[in-house]
Amino acid sequence: MVSKSDTLNGVVKPDLIPTATTLSSIFSLKTLKLKTKQKELLIRVSILCLVYILAFITRLFSVLRYESMIHEFDPYFNYRTTLYLTEKGFYEFWNWFDSESWYPLGRIIGGTLYPGLMVTAALIYWVLRFLSFAVHIREVCVLTAPFFASNTTLVAYFFGKELWDSGAGLVAAALIAICPGYISRSVAGSYDNEAVAIFALLTTFYLFVKAVKLGSLAWGLASAFGYFYMVSAWGGYVFIINLIPLYVLVLLITGRYSMRLYVAYNSMYILGMLLAMQIRFVGFQHVQSGEHMAAMGVFFLMQVFYFLDWVKHQLNDIKLFQAFLRITVTCAVGVGAVALGVGTASGYISPWTGRFYSLLDPTYAKDHIPIIASVSEHQPTAWSSFMFDFHILLFLFPAGLYFCFKRLSDATIFIVMYGLTSMYFAGVMVRLILVATPAVCLISAIAVSATIKNLTQLLRGKNKVALSASGKGVWAINLCLSRRMGAIALLVGAFYLLSRYATHCTWVTSEAYSSPSIVLAARGHHGQRVILMITITAMGNRTVIVDNNTWNNTHIATVGLAMSSYEDEAYEIMRSLDVDYVLVVFGGVTGYSSDDINKFLWMVRIGGGVFPVIKEPDYLVNGEYRVDKGAAPKMLNCLMYKLSYYRFGELTTEYGKPPGYDRARGVEIGNKDIKLEHLEEAFTTSNWIVRIYKVKPPNNRW
Amino acid sequence: MKGGMSSSMCLLVSIIITAASLLSSPVASDLVISKLDRRVDLTSQIVRVTSTLKVKCTGPEPVSDVLVAFPEHQTKFMNLLLSTASEGKGKPSAGSVSIRPVQPDGVPPSYAWFLLTLPKQLGKGESITLNVFAAFTRILQPFPEKITQGEDQMVVFKDSGYFLSPYLVKVQSLTFRLPEGKVESYTKMENSKLSGSEIKYGPYENVPAFQQSPVAIHFVNNLPFVVAKELVREIEVSHWGNVQVTEHYNLFHGGAQSTGEFSRLDFQARGKGPAAFRSLVAKLPARAHSIYYRDAIGNISTSNIYGDTSKTLLEIEPRYPMFGGWRTSFTIGYGLPLQDYLFHSDGKRLLNFTFGCPMDDVVVEKLLVKIVLPEGSTNISASVPFPVQQSEETKFSHLDMVGRPVVVLEKRNVVPEHNLPFQVHYKFSKFSLLREPLMLITGFFLLFVACITYMNADLTISKFSPSYLAKLQWDEVQAAIQQVQNIIYRSLTIHDKLEGSLRDLSRTGDVQVCKAVRKTADSSFKELSKELKPLLTFLQSSPQALPIFSKVDDLVAKERDLQEKMMLKHSTVVDSYEKKSGRDIENKIVSIQQKISALRKELDELLDIIDEI
Repeated sequence: MVSKSDTLNGVVKPDLIPTATTLSSIFSLKTLKLKTKQKELLIRVSILCLVYILAFITRLFSVLRYESMIHEFDPYFNYRTTLYLTEKGFYEFWNWFDSESWYPLGRIIGGTLYPGLMVTAALIYWVLRFLSFAVHIREVCVLTAPFFASNTTLVAYFFGKELWDSGAGLVAAALIAICPGYISRSVAGSYDNEAVAIFALLTTFYLFVKAVKLGSLAWGLASAFGYFYMVSAWGGYVFIINLIPLYVLVLLITGRYSMRLYVAYNSMYILGMLLAMQIRFVGFQHVQSGEHMAAMGVFFLMQVFYFLDWVKHQLNDIKLFQAFLRITVTCAVGVGAVALGVGTASGYISPWTGRFYSLLDPTYAKDHIPIIASVSEHQPTAWSSFMFDFHILLFLFPAGLYFCFKRLSDATIFIVMYGLTSMYFAGVMVRLILVATPAVCLISAIAVSATIKNLTQLLRGKNKVALSASGKGVWAINLCLSRRMGAIALLVGAFYLLSRYATHCTWVTSEAYSSPSIVLAARGHHGQRVILMITITAMGNRTVIVDNNTWNNTHIATVGLAMSSYEDEAYEIMRSLDVDYVLVVFGGVTGYSSDDINKFLWMVRIGGGVFPVIKEPDYLVNGEYRVDKGAAPKMLNCLMYKLSYYRFGELTTEYGKPPGYDRARGVEIGNKDIKLEHLEEAFTTSNWIVRIYKVKPPNNRW
Repeated sequence: MKGGMSSSMCLLVSIIITAASLLSSPVASDLVISKLDRRVDLTSQIVRVTSTLKVKCTGPEPVSDVLVAFPEHQTKFMNLLLSTASEGKGKPSAGSVSIRPVQPDGVPPSYAWFLLTLPKQLGKGESITLNVFAAFTRILQPFPEKITQGEDQMVVFKDSGYFLSPYLVKVQSLTFRLPEGKVESYTKMENSKLSGSEIKYGPYENVPAFQQSPVAIHFVNNLPFVVAKELVREIEVSHWGNVQVTEHYNLFHGGAQSTGEFSRLDFQARGKGPAAFRSLVAKLPARAHSIYYRDAIGNISTSNIYGDTSKTLLEIEPRYPMFGGWRTSFTIGYGLPLQDYLFHSDGKRLLNFTFGCPMDDVVVEKLLVKIVLPEGSTNISASVPFPVQQSEETKFSHLDMVGRPVVVLEKRNVVPEHNLPFQVHYKFSKFSLLREPLMLITGFFLLFVACITYMNADLTISKFSPSYLAKLQWDEVQAAIQQVQNIIYRSLTIHDKLEGSLRDLSRTGDVQVCKAVRKTADSSFKELSKELKPLLTFLQSSPQALPIFSKVDDLVAKERDLQEKMMLKHSTVVDSYEKKSGRDIENKIVSIQQKISALRKELDELLDIIDEI
């Protein structure tokens, strides 16, 4: 038996081996006869595809957890306008006067918004409908942000390729796909202007850099159209129209002026400006507002530069040219200054707006415009949120800057300037982290790509070096070996860091940035008019006094005045505004801290800015904001306090605490016996988050 | 107006009894109701009246029709009137009874009359038992009409203590079933009593024809008065195996209006709000899957699913407790397996589905059932066991060209008794099923074709610009290099074959085979070099190939060298086999082998370098 099996094996073996080898050779990559270049292309394209998909699906946490719905208040307003656009058509949308918000003033929607987002979503919707996919406009709106985030990764790839090489492009695409700083504004359902604006911003920059590199009119015009899209989508376009002139100025100063730059800037600026004027909300600001004057100044400077260049070419005498240069520059600067002065004095050119000032001087808004400072997104950024949003990119950023300076070109100068300015702005305002994110990702990608490329080259080149060094003794081999070990260690470290980054990003996305705050919303049953700064119009189909989009400060201040007055004074104000229902957001039961009591001081400040009757110190005790027994008497009796804490004193919120214990502020409230004279509780949600009060009709005189 | 009426009804407990017998009776009164039992179910918002009549023919003529009456204030709210006949208690049904409204002469006003046609004529002395079932909605008058949060909801129901009949009623009784024992007041007559949650009138004997005595009951009914203003049920049939049901509800609490302040504290901590309802239960088929519950804002998380093998219970809670007059709207949806609902019958397809609302005790004011059939369905007809309004429309869904035919069935005032199966017949060819996948395949195919065309099309405008010509030349050079590489690869495979033949030789010792292999290899080598020649001359002449040419040349030279070495090795080995001096073969070829492997390595490297270009 044994011998038989042996022979059997002996017979079988030779047959088996050749087939196995041929099989393996068939399936090995070599037999595919792919050239290295083709292999590289294949890998690159598949990585890009994966990154594209990743960028999309990582933003879907919210849909998986909470269904496909629109988050937050601004997105809901955008959704409402998009719905209107798809139902009524563009012309109606453009001329829409919304009488339901800002009662009794109403709001001209078409002229007070950036239509880019709505038009984009509507176009996607119409295309899908044309291809007979019966999607709902809500689904389109919900998925617009992830879709554009995916497109941004593609732009980031091309930008990275333009700046450094395709490797850096791939890394940039991968980094930006999951960067929390970007995800925070582009999860599914976060249907806000920023969702498409970052795509537009990066596209404009990429096209402009490309135009400067090639000096091609076509790319310049393309970037002008990118700019147009950006203007139509977001107010942040001001950043572009200031950064690009600054960049051009830096190139001029560093002696990198060229015909390419001239063509790129002029075509982009002129066409971009003309296109931007087509957006009603922007109008003639490009020639009339102080914020846009830098671009125009640089535009004229370019012409002077070109003229001088031409004169220099004509005149061969250097001395004569020097004199001419002096005269021309003085004249040009003089004319420019006079024009600016006259324009400003005559009111043709509007001065800088408060928002712009507050960017340059972070303390400005706090002192002068409380309505801007009241928005939590406008607060200066804390270190922790940098770490939260950028993670390792924060450390890779300086390294990337180093690489950029090592290989200076027009393109790297641009990204360096973009990175530095946007990082400054990110430090001033929390929400501008978003603008900095693409720059940080690109620069970090350069750092990662350059480092890893260097290290792997060290590893791959090793064999030959080792062979050739074999003659030169043990010492050389040892050196080689230690360098090799070092490279491996560094590579492992880099991959560890990158994997930590991926873990962090996914965690942040799923935990912090995917919960829609609209979950708090509730609706009244038969109301007509409701007060408060949230988009009730869109959700409950009710007329509201104050909506988002702060276009009328006095109106907001009137609401602030009502809320900070005593009940009978407030009643007069509410009667004059035809208020039927009042709504407050209250977090005392659940511990939800961004409720109206915590935001109340801003209401006082905004109201006090217009009506000096309201004084902030009346609501404070020794400069301290309190709601417990030690609170200021005015505070304890103002309408906001009463509405928030009405009958709260009878409720036990936490075991072992006295009734009326406010969990959001961790104190027992000071006024437990609240009586309402002119209002009555109409509805309170089960966790007391939203409380709606009905304004009673006036009493009979007898 | 109603409030006033009901209050007067409530206060005036004793009512004048009309002497109906005074009326000359035009209706043939050959019939006698020997026993009458009426049960009024007031335990929900729907009032269900079941009357059991034992009718006996006393006249000489056979009788086939029986008249029954309902007060006009009730018939306004009547949704359903059914009747069955049986020979007696516990006996099988004797056939169906047809009902039609009539207007006989000389009967008391404010009554609606219905003529029941018996399944067979009733001869003298014969008797039959009739079951008359009637359901009324919105007939319970809330009184008071407005209540505050903490109050109970009270309603008034009015009826006649005696059964109004053109016939003599020998024995009759009336029972009201109440939801709970709390009764504010009820009309007292002789022989009336309240026991537990039941009020009984009777038995009364020998009540003459047209005798009536109004009674009113004012009692607490805190059961949910769920009324759907509109319910749209969309039943979408997909022949891929699913029936998708989507139900859009627009509900309100139809009981006493809530007034005054709503206090969450009282509702939550003290449980005040007896008249409000918090949850609803929908009874879905057992195999329902992918159930969802949402509204315009999004998913509503307060829902629960229970189930057993016969049903799935979906318990849903609206976003807020529903008080009188409060409204809410939401959507629930679920999928069902197709094979449970779709059948074949004589070449046609038959969809069998339930008509009404799946929730218990919900009154639907307007019910729209839309059956969305797959695109391409024809000869559509629907059969419903009760009268409904039918219409057709078209719905466009994913990848539709002409739209899907939709059968719309509309019915007002639907009660749970209408939850009966209905059928839709239609014709549908199996090939229509493949239309959409084929469309997709074609779409993608065209897309790829367009891509391929674009990649291969020459879209250059000027065909004579230097850069274009240079590009053309470079393409040629690349093609030539590709060919050279191919030839090298082919010769390398021949090398492998030669090596293989040597291996075979060492195993089998067959010299002749080995020689034959060498011969064919030799001839193919010659062919290859012949093919190689024009390519090399082309590359040499082309200016574009200049930087690479040296490498290519090197490659070809190395390969030729390799060929020679290989042949040498081969012949040496074969020779030594022929001379049977196998011992020193290894020694002889060892130097050649080294050279061969070195050359092979260099060749590979060169190929890699050329690849990179």
